[in-house]
Amino acid sequence: MKITLFIPCFVDQFYPQTGLSLVRVLERLGHTVDYPEAQTCCGQPAFNSGYWDEARAVAERQIAVFHDAEIVVIASGSCGAMVKVFYPELFQGHPREAEARALAAKTFEFSDFLVNRLGVLDVGARFPGRATFHDGCHGLRELGLKNPPRQLLQHVRGLELVEMKEAETCCGFGGTFAVKFPMISTAMGEVKCASIAGTGADYVISNDSSCLMQIRGVLDRQGKSVKTLHLADVLAQT
Amino acid sequence: MNAHARTFNEAARQQTADLRQRAWIQTALSGYYAKRDEFKNRFQSWPAARDTAAAIKWEAVNHLDRYLDEFASRLEARGTSVFWAPDAQAARDYIVGVAREHQVRSIIKSKSMTAEEIHLNDALEQAGFEVVESDLGEYIVQLRHEPPYHLVFPAMHLTRQQISNLFHDRLGSAPTDNPEDLTMIARRVMRRKYCEADMGISGANFAIAETGMISITENEGNARLTTSLPKVHVAIVGIEKVLPRLSDLALFLPMLATAGAGQPITCYNTLYGGPRQPGEPDGPEEFHVVLLDNRRTELLADAEQREALHCIRCGACLNVCPIFKNVGGHSYGTTYQGPIGSVITPHLRGLQDWKHLSQASSLCGACTETCPVKINLHHHLLHNRRNAVRERPARFEKLIQTAFVFVMRRPRLYEWIGRFGRILQPLQRLVRGTLLDPLRAWTKTRSFPPVAEKSFRELWRERKKP
Amino acid sequence: MNNREIILGRIREALKIAAPHPALHDGTGTTTPLPASPQKWLPPVGGTLEEQIELFRRNAEDLKAEFRECTSANEAGQYLKKLALAGGWKKIGRHSGELTDPVARELGLPEVRTDGGYAVNDLESCDAGLTECEALVAQTGSVLVSAPSAGGRALSVLPPHHVVLARRNQMVPDLTAALQRVQEKFKDKFPSFLSFISGPSRTGDIERILVLGAHGPKKLTILLLP
Ligand code: SF4
Repeated sequence: MKITLFIPCFVDQFYPQTGLSLVRVLERLGHTVDYPEAQTCCGQPAFNSGYWDEARAVAERQIAVFHDAEIVVIASGSCGAMVKVFYPELFQGHPREAEARALAAKTFEFSDFLVNRLGVLDVGARFPGRATFHDGCHGLRELGLKNPPRQLLQHVRGLELVEMKEAETCCGFGGTFAVKFPMISTAMGEVKCASIAGTGADYVISNDSSCLMQIRGVLDRQGKSVKTLHLADVLAQT
Repeated sequence: MNAHARTFNEAARQQTADLRQRAWIQTALSGYYAKRDEFKNRFQSWPAARDTAAAIKWEAVNHLDRYLDEFASRLEARGTSVFWAPDAQAARDYIVGVAREHQVRSIIKSKSMTAEEIHLNDALEQAGFEVVESDLGEYIVQLRHEPPYHLVFPAMHLTRQQISNLFHDRLGSAPTDNPEDLTMIARRVMRRKYCEADMGISGANFAIAETGMISITENEGNARLTTSLPKVHVAIVGIEKVLPRLSDLALFLPMLATAGAGQPITCYNTLYGGPRQPGEPDGPEEFHVVLLDNRRTELLADAEQREALHCIRCGACLNVCPIFKNVGGHSYGTTYQGPIGSVITPHLRGLQDWKHLSQASSLCGACTETCPVKINLHHHLLHNRRNAVRERPARFEKLIQTAFVFVMRRPRLYEWIGRFGRILQPLQRLVRGTLLDPLRAWTKTRSFPPVAEKSFRELWRERKKP
Repeated sequence: MNNREIILGRIREALKIAAPHPALHDGTGTTTPLPASPQKWLPPVGGTLEEQIELFRRNAEDLKAEFRECTSANEAGQYLKKLALAGGWKKIGRHSGELTDPVARELGLPEVRTDGGYAVNDLESCDAGLTECEALVAQTGSVLVSAPSAGGRALSVLPPHHVVLARRNQMVPDLTAALQRVQEKFKDKFPSFLSFISGPSRTGDIERILVLGAHGPKKLTILLLP
């Protein structure tokens, strides 16, 4: 299958290795991967701040970039939700509505794609260690992806998966919320990190780099050595 | 930033710094989660029950004129006075008028968020009437001159020691750290009040159109006493409380209890269809129902957010909200706290003044997931943000967003800015955490990741090179 | 224009724009069929009377109420004597009725009858309130009372111990059936008061710790007669 990658802007700039991990896993499974370089950002920062016209202007570009793609795989539950759930709403009654809906229909978050589209649970990964999984809210609630990441992790050789208390509670990132209300955002991050610490895990894994940025940020200030990893980075290890 | 937003920020800053209080709220709710799940699982299908409840409320709210008319007519047919209050002032004036007409000496009141909304107690006290809250939690916060902390658990922020001290100071009771003893102290005070009061004020959880009745849900029995003994009963009811049929309660009573309090059903679910009827031994001589609009019709006019009127005020969305749990109920500065409060307060009290509550959310959606009537709460927060910007964009933010669009529509420029960021970051590190740091809001409490040596697109290009 | 017309006018104006139906998140179509009754989704109830009585017993006991089957009014009266002795009852409140009359006679304590009206302080000083009911609800362990079946509004909530006398044929499977029963019985001549009582009065307002007897009865006893 020919897969077109949507690498969110902050993954592109801050976590490029995660993008490469994605490529590695998909190629290992025998697929061809393409990455159109004209892509930038899904538009979520503007959308979430209430600037829908601006968000639409950015989204329009991505819709055009991925117009001919067969399948789009995206490395983030949050940006995935933006495309799959919010593009249709953003373009409602707009000339591009049909195209937005078409892109939404063919876009998949990474774990969703592997498990629900390809039917793959075991990607042949090996990663020794004790890990806990944090549910990014958008992946979990907008896309309904409670199980796929866990199913994938359960098939990783050597990995011991432990559930944290309130895995589904938000880490406090929330995009611009994190800087508009830093005290609330940080408090939420602290609650999350306490849950993580409670598991005694060496790694906290998520399918959203933005959550991991928040969690890492708080862990660093707490002087905690738990490592943060994107799901793709774990699945890429053999 | 307006005054309300500043107050909210300051309160949130204080509350989030109070680790003890944050832990307290977390612990107070932990028993609730377990019980809620236990009783949800007893349903044959909780998701289907939610769908049905949402559909019933949709039907009621989208035919509100018909059902309200039916509700009022049936009540009137059996001797109830129904007053239609277009706004808070009208409702207050009417209720004060009833109290004056009967020359009441003392008023007993059971829990009503709608009464809180219109600041009824203040109005009655200013008119010279004594009002006593009979719900234990409400009584406690009334003694402290505080608003309720939570829609359903008004005094959940207080410890037994604080309550014991309060009762000691205000009622002269002996100190005790036994919750049962504390409850009995309030019980004794309240018993006297019930017997003396000549007017009882209550809210209502549901208004049944088919039979012309209000339904009150409670655990303590205080609402039942409030509505049984005094000779006048006034119920204040938001117009959105309507349910079409009596049989709808079979679904709503257990759902309200399960979602809101983690109970299979609350202790008393009582229906009132009029004043004392011929042949009945007791009950008030007069029954007044005050139907309150107070800008609910403005929310109704917003078709996109109309479903916010489906709310049955169960409080479940507060209980799961990480914002609520970290900033607490008083920080909001609103009658209705938590997600539902953030959604509806802009409609009830002005968007520009209250939009900050819609922004103070990570949009995690835990509220929407839990709401028994399936209100899409966190999406409505997004709608409020959009509407606020449409109405009046913030100048600086607008500038940033325009720049954002400019860059993100130009992949080359975007890439150059990334490279530029890589160069600038060492400079940012020099000023990290100071006022000069553009990332200060983040870096004050959290580390910030370095911009990668090479972006993904650069790595991709390298990878593709033969 | 009066207030009623003002508010109804605002509502009609607001409703001119239709809102999408909640069940249709994709925005297609305008109506969905509602299930005829929500009974299908609520906690399940057994079909036979015996199963329902058992379920009622479990639920009532979970709610901290006492439930007991008696073979006759006589036996019920005898049992109440024991309760009266243990609780030191000196006076009870009650209304006249087919079940309350013989049981109260057996009990033989001074009483305040609410039938034609009463003085609040008299009733307040009673140690127990004896009432009948409209129905018992197996699904929730609730007692449905009404003004005529429970001697008015206060008798079942003011005295510290509420005793309910019910007949086996008053057991209904669920809330739907209970509401249906009163609707059929009263048609549009409803009493002014109906209440589902589920266990003794309680509060969790102090540290979310359960305390019984907040304002209403601390004890609830339900006696099922043939
Ligand atoms: S919005 Fe939903 S969850 Fe929140 S109080 Fe209302 S009904 Fe309950």
